[in-house]
Amino acid sequence: MSSAANDAASLRTALHALHVDLGARMAPFAGYDMPIQYTKGILSEHLHTRAQAGLFDVSHMGQAFLQGPNAIALLETLVPGDLQALKDYRIRYTQFLNPQGGILDDLMVTRLPNAGADERLFLVVNAACKEADFARLRAALPSLKLDVLSDQALIALQGPKAAQVLARFVPGVDTQTFMSWRQAQWQGVPLIITRSGYTGEDGYEISLPNAQAMAFAKELLAQSEVEPIGLGARDSLRLEAGLCLYGHDIDETTSPIEGALTWSISKRRRAEGGFPGAQRIQAEVANGPARVRVGILPEGRAPAREGTLITTQGGVEIGSVTSGGFGPSLNGPLAMGYVRADHAAIGTKLTLVVRGKPLPATVVALPFVPNKFYRG
Amino acid sequence: MSDIRYTKDHEYIRIDGDLGTVGITDYAQKALGDVVFVELPQVGDAVAKGAQAAVVESVKAASEVYAPVAGDVTDVNATLEREPGAVNEDAAGKGWFFRIKIANAGDLNELMDEAAYKAFLATLE
Repeated sequence: MSSAANDAASLRTALHALHVDLGARMAPFAGYDMPIQYTKGILSEHLHTRAQAGLFDVSHMGQAFLQGPNAIALLETLVPGDLQALKDYRIRYTQFLNPQGGILDDLMVTRLPNAGADERLFLVVNAACKEADFARLRAALPSLKLDVLSDQALIALQGPKAAQVLARFVPGVDTQTFMSWRQAQWQGVPLIITRSGYTGEDGYEISLPNAQAMAFAKELLAQSEVEPIGLGARDSLRLEAGLCLYGHDIDETTSPIEGALTWSISKRRRAEGGFPGAQRIQAEVANGPARVRVGILPEGRAPAREGTLITTQGGVEIGSVTSGGFGPSLNGPLAMGYVRADHAAIGTKLTLVVRGKPLPATVVALPFVPNKFYRG
Repeated sequence: MSDIRYTKDHEYIRIDGDLGTVGITDYAQKALGDVVFVELPQVGDAVAKGAQAAVVESVKAASEVYAPVAGDVTDVNATLEREPGAVNEDAAGKGWFFRIKIANAGDLNELMDEAAYKAFLATLE
């Protein structure tokens, strides 16, 4: 048996003591001491989320309001997402890009109603990137006010029972539109509720003050449908849903086009550019990228982990796996990775080199497990 | 009661004459979490003491299983290919990995007995 050491973590979320009380196995993640799994384990937690509802502590992620005159057009100078097309209270997925068109982070942006001359946006960014993201925003957009919500927890409630559970505490939330933002109250506590998540299931992310987060999480966990879910199952759920994990499936070297995120860039923004790396993005849209992220289904039972070499059936190297493991709902191995564009078509036969052995695999459509988002 | 020895990497070997049955300990299966795949050696493989002989994978990660002693593999638990969860359910019993013909009985002296392994686990808490 071998095991890998981890970096020390110094930061704790407002729910840290709850995780420990629930018997979580804690490990460092992006500088935070986070629950990897609870006593029932990753398989059970994953399947419970798909069948009922799972509660995730995602308070390590960065939350901020960005506000000021022309804030929407200004943020568009850093991301390729079409923020001008967003209606009030609607959310869009986009990416911070570097001048080479590589992805610095991926994020969710909500447009909020104007306050006088100020346009307002709400951002949620990745934990590992948040300090750099906020520093970049301050440096690049000095005319805007960035208000980082460092005293605010973020709880995700995900799964087919999430809506009926949350509606017990916040009436009406069950008919809230997918990818929308609203404010609400629970026992006088202000909540920000988005109907969103990263599991492929219906669900919510709920932002609330650290001081009340523990009480609210306990109320949710007291509901018979809800179990606590760790980062281990969060990873297997998002992989089955075909969603990228920053730093693995996308990073500073991969463009959104290579990352199969072209859908997140509108026609207007593709045509107009005006974001970092636009030249590369426009060239890749026009000519196709040299490599592209695909779903990969290994034959047999052996998982192909991150870093696994991908070759043609003839043994020519064409890429590598960026996320790979076992899908509990799929009940088998699954992977995502980058392959040369001429081997990216659905149905293409590939070879995965696992521990020196060639294993047959096939390029498949993403997601691996159908999304079940709320469509009204 | 059979004689069982342990490695610091949390493999066990249950000794029956010159044959040994190898698996991972209950501590190891708990640390791994849900086992979803096991790669076994081939019958007839000669393995060196401390060399990788099998692989066990949880949802999260792959871990190597090392041979506690040198010898030839005489049998493998093919059931694990269909039911890898047996490692979690009964690591010391039906979750065994492979059997080995012990080449040098002296290898066993370098392993921990039950009391020594329990004391070793106590140092890991």
